[in-house]
Amino acid sequence: MWNYEKRLQFPVNIKSPNAMLAQAIISQYGGPDGEMGASMRYLSQRYAAPYREVASVLTDIGTEELAHLEMVATIVHQLTKDLSMEEIEKSGFANYYVDHTVGVWPQAAGGVPFNACEFQSKGDIITDLMEDMAAEQKARTTYDNILRLVRDEPDVCEPIKFLRAREIVHFQRFGEANREDCSKSKHTKYNH
Amino acid sequence: MSFDLKNEQEKLLHHIRLMDFVIVEMNEYLDTHPDDAEAVDYLKHYVRMKNQVMREYASKYSPLSLATADASSCKEWSWATTPMPWEGGCN
Repeated sequence: MWNYEKRLQFPVNIKSPNAMLAQAIISQYGGPDGEMGASMRYLSQRYAAPYREVASVLTDIGTEELAHLEMVATIVHQLTKDLSMEEIEKSGFANYYVDHTVGVWPQAAGGVPFNACEFQSKGDIITDLMEDMAAEQKARTTYDNILRLVRDEPDVCEPIKFLRAREIVHFQRFGEANREDCSKSKHTKYNH
Repeated sequence: MSFDLKNEQEKLLHHIRLMDFVIVEMNEYLDTHPDDAEAVDYLKHYVRMKNQVMREYASKYSPLSLATADASSCKEWSWATTPMPWEGGCN
């Protein structure tokens, strides 16, 4: 069960279109370390989590990632909605435009479509939590790379900095979930 | 960073965003520290404050969640007709 709040987790107000940046940032929508993969990874993994604390971390972080997905989509939408045909042709955005116009579609920066193979749900909580910690670091690296590309665009920079900071907090929470005190929790889902 | 808050509506939304950030952050912390009673009180305090401001926002402007739709005095179903978050401006 989910509820929607009709607002962004962090404001996004981009005044000038920029197809080149949109093409890079879309990777955090549907790319290998993007928010779609993150949310689906955690929400899929939680059914095999034997401890309630760990299932709760996966549920709550998986939910927050959906709010991040909406922020990334908003950035891409605002960077592309007022593009002129000339800008589309000059910026290398024509390949995306021909298939999607300026609709938001999950793909990596290099054009590879979103694919569930970009994450795992292995049914083994140690394996899954190790993947989750690595995934948060990979997303943080991607946001670092995006920040180098958008350094002169404060409207784009600020929400990206917020998203980057959340990756670090989530890494911390998954690390705690993987610790002995959490993985020997008395709050088990099953009566062994 | 500084936020450009033009009017009362944006200020209220800004408060909601700040309170919700505390709630999201504390909730994830409590997932791995469920015995931290001080953190539980802190979270509850912010949940109460956010609920109050969400109702105030719904009564003055439009509901941000279906849970506060009853606080709206608008005859029209403003949930469907007010701007979507990705439109920019007040989001």
